Amino acid sequence: MPAMTTPTTPTIVVVGHGMVGQRFLEALAERGVAGRARIVVLCEEPRAAYDRVQLTSYFSGRTPDELSLVEGDFMERHGIELHLDDPAETIDRDARTVTSRAGRSFTYDTLVLATGSYPFVPPVPNKDAEGCFVYRTIEDLLAIEEYAKTARTGAVVGGGLLGLEAAGALKGLGLTTHIVEFAPRLMPAQVDDGGGAALLRTIERMGLTVHTGTGTQEITVDEAGAVNGMALSDGSVLDTDLVVFSAGVRPRDQLGRAAGLAIGERGGIMVDEQCRTSDPAVFAIGECALASDGRVYGLVAPGYEMAETAAATITEEARSFTGADMSTKLKLLGVDVASFGDAHGAAEGCLDVVYSDSRSGVYKKLVIGSEGELLGGVLVGDADAYGMLRPLTGSVPPVAPEQLVMPAGIGAPAALGPSSLPDDAVICSCHNVTKGTIRGAVTEHSCTTVPEVKKCTKAGTGCGSCVKVLGQLVNAELEASGVEVDKGLCGCFGQSRQELYEIVHTLRLTSYQEILDRHGRETARGGNGCEICKPAVASIIASLAPTIGAGGYVLDGEQAALQDTNDHFLANMQKNGSYSIVPRIPGGEITPEKLIVIGEVARDYGLYTKITGGQRIDLFGARVDQLPQIWARLVDAGFESGHAYGKALRTVKSCVGQTWCRYGVQDSVKMAIDLELRYRGLRSPHKLKSAVSGCQRECAEAQSKDFGVIATANGWNLYVGGNGGATPRHADLLAQDLSDAELVRLIDRFLMFYIRTADRLERTSTWLERIEGGLDHVRDVVVHDALGICAELESLMADHVANYRDEWSETINDPERLRRFVSFVNAPDVPDPTVKFVPERDQVKPDLPLLSIRPLEALEGSAAR
Amino acid sequence: MTIAPEKTQTQVQLRVGHEWFALCALSLLTPGRGVAALLPDGTQAAVFVDREGAVHAIDNRDPFTGAQVLSRGLLGSAAGGPFVASPLLKQRFDLRTGRCLDDDAVSVTAYEVRVG
Ligand code: SRM
Ligand SMILES: Cc1cc2nc3c(=O)[nH]c(=O)nc-3n(C[C@H](O)[C@H](O)[C@H](O)COP(=O)(O)OP(=O)(O)OC[C@H]3O[C@@H](n4cnc5c(N)ncnc54)[C@H](O)[C@@H]3O)c2cc1C
Ligand code: SF4
Ligand code: FES
Repeated sequence: MPAMTTPTTPTIVVVGHGMVGQRFLEALAERGVAGRARIVVLCEEPRAAYDRVQLTSYFSGRTPDELSLVEGDFMERHGIELHLDDPAETIDRDARTVTSRAGRSFTYDTLVLATGSYPFVPPVPNKDAEGCFVYRTIEDLLAIEEYAKTARTGAVVGGGLLGLEAAGALKGLGLTTHIVEFAPRLMPAQVDDGGGAALLRTIERMGLTVHTGTGTQEITVDEAGAVNGMALSDGSVLDTDLVVFSAGVRPRDQLGRAAGLAIGERGGIMVDEQCRTSDPAVFAIGECALASDGRVYGLVAPGYEMAETAAATITEEARSFTGADMSTKLKLLGVDVASFGDAHGAAEGCLDVVYSDSRSGVYKKLVIGSEGELLGGVLVGDADAYGMLRPLTGSVPPVAPEQLVMPAGIGAPAALGPSSLPDDAVICSCHNVTKGTIRGAVTEHSCTTVPEVKKCTKAGTGCGSCVKVLGQLVNAELEASGVEVDKGLCGCFGQSRQELYEIVHTLRLTSYQEILDRHGRETARGGNGCEICKPAVASIIASLAPTIGAGGYVLDGEQAALQDTNDHFLANMQKNGSYSIVPRIPGGEITPEKLIVIGEVARDYGLYTKITGGQRIDLFGARVDQLPQIWARLVDAGFESGHAYGKALRTVKSCVGQTWCRYGVQDSVKMAIDLELRYRGLRSPHKLKSAVSGCQRECAEAQSKDFGVIATANGWNLYVGGNGGATPRHADLLAQDLSDAELVRLIDRFLMFYIRTADRLERTSTWLERIEGGLDHVRDVVVHDALGICAELESLMADHVANYRDEWSETINDPERLRRFVSFVNAPDVPDPTVKFVPERDQVKPDLPLLSIRPLEALEGSAAR
Repeated sequence: MTIAPEKTQTQVQLRVGHEWFALCALSLLTPGRGVAALLPDGTQAAVFVDREGAVHAIDNRDPFTGAQVLSRGLLGSAAGGPFVASPLLKQRFDLRTGRCLDDDAVSVTAYEVRVG
């Protein structure tokens, strides 16, 4: 299509559609430029702008679509022409034209270069061999993921921020991972020697091998030309199947260079404070630009500032970019690392305040100026304070700096809330949002929740490191402006989960509708409730069922309508609408006969079979109408529901223990089975997990469980509040050397106290940290009976244990209950045709492409309707 | 509980194109939950009865995942209107209009329903 412009509509051409390019388009749109000018974007990558900062989250399940930065119909709505997969090749500044690889040519009035950086690959022999990668685009990640399937070992060249991220990703892909860093410490740009040492210890403890002070001399290859190793500058050789170069980035300034724009000595397109290059019709923003302070910024926040500055300048607003700070927080690897401000203490006369604990890998340093003001700092191992400290940079902290680095519990913990920050403190550095702006969102734009404030101010929508402080600030502001912060469960109930528990318990209510109509918010009474309170109330009723006189079967009468879909079908829904089946295997112990039955059932129904992380077996891909038949066979063989679908006890894992293991001091398998059978089916605010280890070697990982038990020569130690998952927490020791009976009684009390007082979806770990008094308080209540409620807690549990029945055997023996297990109400014999599978590694997986097609086309091959 | 005989006869009907299509007896629906129905053209509808006894029907396909699962979501009320929350990623859809309450750009077909 030829470029057609009337002389009255100016044309803005943007080269590069990365993070900064997209932000620039948004800034134009906000200023209404999109209606007045023709905007053309040339994008080299095959997809529109996405969140490069969160790139690595692809490996934790974020899809490329979810990473996209372009909202819905943004381009169409603003009439922006986006050309994907078509990079700019030449610029003719005299004719003011840009020509693309596909031969498109555009005449511009204003040209904006946002071409970003390219990864620097050191010129070592065989650097382009098969198995060598860089880490910058989604396409790079897809290629690494594919290649890693056949690799066992990976090496990352470069131990900076990105190198560590890449190493974490390789480890996550199951490779034995090495990091090779030329400098004497990791993250040399951000942390000092002390911080580097703490970081090294933590990373090595995670099983990565670090080689610092070593360079890469050569990549070695096999006969086929694929990587098989690396020769290092210290003379050693590293066997590796895959290499990722992450040795820094260089500005992509070639286009500008070829067009004769002024370029910095060490690269970067030179711009002034308005982001104009040496040609006033051409701007450069983001990582390709050399800012007026002589720096090339490799971070997104300064890039966004430049995007805003260029857009403002184009619309004749006054704005300038004179430099930015280089604060960063590492998001990956489970190690907290943050540095901000003058982290290396370069300012004259500044002093350091350092706290260092090599045992736990914690290192904190604050740099304090001669007037006592905070200039910067480095946090390794515990960066919780980052969100508060960064905005304080430049001002004198309200408490002594020593208190800011001491861990809570030692000395006076610094009670530093966001109220101590000045209004101009930048809370969100990704989007440069100040405390004042956030307060304004609450007071002037009547935002009352964090999601609303995020939408209104963009704060918290970048790297996410400020969200915690954001939440505190929003609540503080709401409270200050007299709005009572609504601690209600949802739009239907003004009470918290704990308050509802007390209402249900004392008034012995068993009907959700009655609870809603009598205790719900005025506006919600008589309505249908919502998806938050229905399962929460159902769970409370189920936890208390025998005591308050409710039917114990979770699908009886009104209860059926309250349950989440997983509880409703007693199975876990998968992404294509099929279900998974998890029979209980108490303690992970199973007879060969039972294993054979599982195998036969899986084979007969073509189910994908996998050993779970909970020492049992998951069978995936059953259609809703197959669930009863499958369970009939399993129940017949002596299996029962494993409650993988419910907020209930999951598994009690065990190690093999005293019976076989030469170190074991107690029978851990027997105890695990006893505990699993005792607490099976117990509905709770969130799922419950447990484990029992036969000795201190802890093979069952009990300290990562909600309640974990470790054998001692004298009995059992009970640990509580452990958690794996996204925010792992080591469990705390509640009591020592317990007899079997003492152990069970203490767990009874602990669980019932948790069920009574926790919030909806609050694991024991977060509950323990939240409740006033923490572990000490819980110990007072459940060990020392400080509240005098232990007898009641025990009797509640006794009721549960006495009334437990297996949900699946109750279901398959009742035709009325079985009626819901059909795909279609009007065609009970027809299976859902969209639940289809395709082969994968000798088993099946969901046919996902089928889901992206409208059913008519899928069924009849025709698009007509 | 006794069910009046004429009540069990009451049929739920959906408007498909110009035709009324009979689905099933009203008594087969549980208040507060949905069921899936297969329509003559091979598409699927999600049919719900709310607390008041009003019947609603929308497309069964969850546009966010492509899976035919909306009938298996939880019902609720927001701003006075009934909605279903998708069981997969929890987006809510207005049962009267099919509009997604969490994303203005998305909606699903809503069917006319009558009971008789
Ligand atoms: C099947 C399994 C993965 C596997 O193939 O191994 C699994 C699968 C799921 N896990 Fe898990 N988790 C499984 C073991 C674990 C473990 C390991 C363990 O239990 O020892 C953990 C970490 C330990 C922990 O929970 O502390 C784990 C931490 C999570 C979390 C994060 C919890 C947290 O507190 O951070 C979630 C999300 C949640 O619950 O909100 C989750 C959620 C899920 C869900 C329910 C996600 C979902 O909503 O669809 C998955 C559904 C399974 C299904 O459809 O059947 N899963 N999940 C494992 C089943 C174990 C079992 O036999 O019951
Ligand atoms: C794994 C990873 C993690 C990161 N983590 C952080 C972090 O935690 N915090 C932080 O602040 N920053 C982080 N960054 C850096 C951040 O992503 C960049 O600062 C930001 O993306 C820069 O934006 P940009 O638009 O200048 O460049 P880019 O996002 O790279 O976009 C430039 C685009 O221009 C295209 N292009 C180049 N030449 C042409 C041409 N001739 N024609 C058309 N298109 C062209 C490129 O293909 C690219 O799509 C991270 C980067 C990576 C790779
Ligand atoms: S925890 Fe102790 S008893 Fe159990 S398997 Fe490990 S070493 Fe043996
Ligand atoms: S600081 Fe990154 S999102 Fe706010």
